[in-house]
Amino acid sequence: MDLMRPVRDALRRHVGVLPNPISRRTAEAQPRIRGANVIISVCPYCAVGCSQLVYAKEGRIIDIEGNPASPINAGTLCPKGAATSGLVDNPLRLTTVKYRPPYGKQWEERPLDWAMERIAERVKATRDTSFEEQDEAGNLVNRTLAIGHLGGATLDNEENYLIKKLFTAGLGIVAVENQARI
Amino acid sequence: MNETLSLGATTADKTGARPGAVGFLTDASLCIGCKACEVACKQWNQLPADGSNGGQGLTGFSYDNTGDLGATTWRHVAFVERTAPASSDPLGGLLAPAPGQTAWLMLSDVCKHCVNAPCLDACPTGAIIRTRFDTVVIQDDVCNGCGYCVPACPFGVPQLSGGDHTAHKCTLCYDRLVDGLEPACAKACPTDSIQFGPIEELMPRAVKRVADLQSRGVRQAQIYGDLRSGGTGGIDGLNALFVLTAEPETYNLPASPQRPSDKTLPAFVTTAAAALGLVLAAVGALRRR
Amino acid sequence: MPGLGARLGRGGATTFLQDLAHSDCIVIMGANMAENHPVGFRFVVQARERGATIIHVDPRFTRTSALSDVHVPLRAGSDIAFLGALINHVLTHDLWFDEYVRHYTNASTIVGEDFRDTEDLAGLFSGYLPGERRYEFNTWRYAGQATDPAPSGDTNQDSQGYQQRVGRTHRPLQVDPTLQHPNCVFQIVKRHFARYTPELVEETCGVPRELFLRVADAITRNSGPERTTAFAYAVAWTQHTTGTQMISCCALLQLLLGNIGRPGGGIMALRGHATIQGSTDIPTLYNLLPGYLPMPNTAQPCATLADHLRQVTAPTGWWHHAPAYMVSLLKAYYGHEARPENDFAYDLVPKIGGDYSFQPMLLMMQEGAMQGLFCMGQNPAVGGQNARLARRALANLDWLVVRDLFETETAAFWHDAPEVRNGEVSAKEIKTEVFLLPAAVTPEKEGSYTNTQRLVQWHDKAVDPPGDARSEAWFIHNLAQRVKTLYAGDRSARGRQIQSLAWEYRDDEGEPDLETVLKEINGYNVGDARLVPDYTALKDDGSTACGCWIYSGIMPEEGRNLARNRNGDERAALGWGFAWPANRRMLYNRASARPDGSPWSERKAWVWWDPEQGRWTGHDSPDFPVSKPPDFQPLPGADGMDAHGGDAPFIMMADGKGQLYAATGLRDGPLPTHYEPWETPVGNRLYPDQPRSPSAKLHDRPTNRYHAIADPRFPHVITTYRLTEHHTAGAMSRFVPWLAELQPEGFVEIDPSLARSLGADNRDWVTVSTLRGAIEARALVTDRIPPLMIHGERLHQVGVPWHYGYTGLAQGDVANDLSALIEDPNSLIHEAKAFTCAIRKGRLSEGSDESTSEAAASSENET
Repeated sequence: MDLMRPVRDALRRHVGVLPNPISRRTAEAQPRIRGANVIISVCPYCAVGCSQLVYAKEGRIIDIEGNPASPINAGTLCPKGAATSGLVDNPLRLTTVKYRPPYGKQWEERPLDWAMERIAERVKATRDTSFEEQDEAGNLVNRTLAIGHLGGATLDNEENYLIKKLFTAGLGIVAVENQARI
Repeated sequence: MNETLSLGATTADKTGARPGAVGFLTDASLCIGCKACEVACKQWNQLPADGSNGGQGLTGFSYDNTGDLGATTWRHVAFVERTAPASSDPLGGLLAPAPGQTAWLMLSDVCKHCVNAPCLDACPTGAIIRTRFDTVVIQDDVCNGCGYCVPACPFGVPQLSGGDHTAHKCTLCYDRLVDGLEPACAKACPTDSIQFGPIEELMPRAVKRVADLQSRGVRQAQIYGDLRSGGTGGIDGLNALFVLTAEPETYNLPASPQRPSDKTLPAFVTTAAAALGLVLAAVGALRRR
Repeated sequence: MPGLGARLGRGGATTFLQDLAHSDCIVIMGANMAENHPVGFRFVVQARERGATIIHVDPRFTRTSALSDVHVPLRAGSDIAFLGALINHVLTHDLWFDEYVRHYTNASTIVGEDFRDTEDLAGLFSGYLPGERRYEFNTWRYAGQATDPAPSGDTNQDSQGYQQRVGRTHRPLQVDPTLQHPNCVFQIVKRHFARYTPELVEETCGVPRELFLRVADAITRNSGPERTTAFAYAVAWTQHTTGTQMISCCALLQLLLGNIGRPGGGIMALRGHATIQGSTDIPTLYNLLPGYLPMPNTAQPCATLADHLRQVTAPTGWWHHAPAYMVSLLKAYYGHEARPENDFAYDLVPKIGGDYSFQPMLLMMQEGAMQGLFCMGQNPAVGGQNARLARRALANLDWLVVRDLFETETAAFWHDAPEVRNGEVSAKEIKTEVFLLPAAVTPEKEGSYTNTQRLVQWHDKAVDPPGDARSEAWFIHNLAQRVKTLYAGDRSARGRQIQSLAWEYRDDEGEPDLETVLKEINGYNVGDARLVPDYTALKDDGSTACGCWIYSGIMPEEGRNLARNRNGDERAALGWGFAWPANRRMLYNRASARPDGSPWSERKAWVWWDPEQGRWTGHDSPDFPVSKPPDFQPLPGADGMDAHGGDAPFIMMADGKGQLYAATGLRDGPLPTHYEPWETPVGNRLYPDQPRSPSAKLHDRPTNRYHAIADPRFPHVITTYRLTEHHTAGAMSRFVPWLAELQPEGFVEIDPSLARSLGADNRDWVTVSTLRGAIEARALVTDRIPPLMIHGERLHQVGVPWHYGYTGLAQGDVANDLSALIEDPNSLIHEAKAFTCAIRKGRLSEGSDESTSEAAASSENET
């Protein structure tokens, strides 16, 4: 028999002699998404297609959660989906163009505009030296096999449309592939 | 239906939880071990990655690499691999492996938000409070890092942070509750293994769930955090209930957690005594003035 | 996926995730759904809670198995033996869905007399050309059908595009409604699978007979008018030399059980990336144009538009409309340069003439034929098979553009790869000029993704990307303008090709307006730019333009982007997003009703004929001509959809039927056959003389050597896989601290008895090797990957997650350093789910380095 128990219970109900103070931080606690802008997005990871609510304040994403309205995820997310804000707001992310010249030993920083022009020139040079109007059998083929593209399964449909249109229909690059075969 | 409700009402009373108390019901029979709860918790509460296994990489302990609840891990998924001996119950099926077959138990652990919280009792600074939601919260702007709450907790929940040297644990997303938002872990959980709600709703749900699981052959199905089962020893009741499919020890939960303070005076008694002393001294000082 | 396309008509998942909750039995096979699609798995859990039986067939006991009623451990790669035995069980015990099979499949159609089965020819079908390792298909035709001119050379356009069409004549098919004719499809199927017995399963798959029968019993008890069974698969079916046939085998079984097109039934194809379905529909694939139109291929007549249209147009069935889709695409591509008098600029469309899929691309780079490469969100240095070879290939490029969020292994191959770290190669010897451009992530741009159930969902933009990070749309738009400028005034063919490209997208500070792109995808009238309501409005005369006909209807009028719809309440959630085609959530849903149009049962009602309104109605958008009555009989000689009766649910097929036997469309046979994986520890009990796929595409060379059957140096089966905590080649997870800490480094899963024989404890280092490469990792010793008895001998399986690499926060050796380049002849997908390996205790540096490329090369000299 615990003789002290009734005493302790009584004391507990009285929250000690003085009530534990509610600190300023506790008193002012509120969810950081209060008043934030919210847009509807889709999880970038697997193909389940979970709907996400993306909360932003002052141009910065502060929280990404599942969208309760979705018939698929009903507000839930898996660990990857739940980590999406850590993918977006990540100190390891690249924010500048890095360039490695042939035989170079380290990255060099370059302006975006410079890189775009240089890439366009490299595309033209490689295409011009490799373009086949006809194949060996004399078929009209209008293609280059010397340039390839990989990627697309996490790009937007519209981006994939533009990639195929520019690369294949516009530049004759036929080796355009994505992760569908991986 | 009535029976369930009345059962629940009774049980809710027995937990000692106050009306309006909210909490978790974490159902091991629905857990897929995805750890969405761990990440959603860290994301919402902006907790750092621990550097898993203290930076030692793979623990080798099944798929658990965060080890335990801690100052920066407020939800933790335990993984228990079991292979049934060849002579075991041949029932097989859901969560009860046939002889020679494997089972993989998973459970998301969390602060129990005890109705009668030893950490709160042990805290000499008043940093730990019982909130209006009947949850137990450590106020890190009050905590002085004395660490008394750490050994006081029979579940090993609060831990001192190596960063700010104060104690931390699950707040049951206190800031979200303020706006009526569901805690991050429960919201994220894909299979509703973690459910959030008023205790008076969760308890009857747990009772029904256990009965259902038992009828489906999961004989060890049980509620953890229910006074009547005796599963929580000297802790009066929990605001984080669990439905387990095996004995609590299997999940590394104490079968009979003890309040260390049952053997000593609660910290707040000594604190109160000290406070009383201070008041008397002050009165004395005033008198002298 | 051609496995589904060849039997059902379309390659997409036949159903949608939410509907799994209404299944009575779910078989997850070739997938680890709880781990890789956790949120989709909630519907499986819901079904279980409603009383459904959940079965997981997988070499490993995974988090999916943990929530299943039955886990069936089977040997990796033996799936067709297992599925074939289920088919045999269904047929020999008369458990097939009689009325469904008779009306909705080609069971009664008679096949030509020249056809020979693998049972007749010891493992080969008729028409095999041994020197070319491929089949000629003419002997597979239905009786009385004219044959096509044999394609010359390698026609990989079949791989994902036009396999759907069957037969090309207007002659009526020869049928035997009694299903007794020895050459009718039903009898051929029955004979083909007759030797797929529980005993075969036991010795080939390692699955005890009782366990097999338990599965057979569950799926047959839960199929029929009142009940339905669903299958879910993922890349653990696709990544085999017989992967397409594994999926086709599942489709065959589901047709026999009457589960296709019905609620709670179907085949849920689980895709692995956010829009891997979308990137196949609107393809970044070498052999396809948008909407599964094939690229013109010089292996077939393709010189003129008329030649090409003859190849792609079916006389009967939906593909009769192909010319409207192709011409509308040419209008979208080349705008006013595409005119009737110049064949709509068809000559500008490049023609393919070989296999330029991912794996051959690596070889083209290695050999110097490919000199420049764009990698946009793909990481072949980790994700590529034979990843050492892949990195070597990158080092042989003149230039490489990598666009990603982080410095991936592909970007860092020249300074951080294992072979650079160990001094085998050095940066100063690598010529590749590398551009690493920061990319934008999903909430930093707008656009659409197509999920695993063909559901297109738009995402809005929340914030600008940081610094110089840009979307791919910005990049392509910017590059297009620059190359157009560079080619200004160039009248050569290559100058004309780029200058003719219609590229008029409004932009905002260089970011093109993506709804404008979506309008082009949807299609519009060229005359007044008005959007078309759906693909039935497309014309073959140049009056309409359309970027992807199957997406047509996604933006039926200005301001109505249905991918942005967010009303998801009712059962099919028709108001949430847009599912191609025509917002149909369940494909072939005409089959959810009886031949007379009434539901098979109240419990399984989905779409049915309303005689009063004279139209099909129900919970979904009918996948059928909406006013064609169930008793409609086609007139002899009718074209297109008029050639199909009112009981032909598979509208993409020439005959409108589900193909139990696929006379065309599958390059390795009209029926699935058990072949061993290319690397296997055992022979083939069914076909000892033809143990492996006779038409798998091989790339045997010193840098890509294969193991012989039962090579004693490589006694174990190895399989690679993903974990919940990481994503594919790791670029999107291994840099995120919250994910990295959950699975911080690579590991190798082995069973306790194998560990004992190696002398390795849990967490000890082990080295795994093949003739392609060797990797080290810590051992995770577990009963979850049990040894199996195969052909009477104990076989160990080794499991390796393939996420890891040498950059990021969570690192580990690259599992794909072990795998090989090899292709399924249909999908051109590799075989990473079942090959063979050696394993020893200790680190890589501690042993004789079994299998660096030098070792591989010397072993070649020995043999």
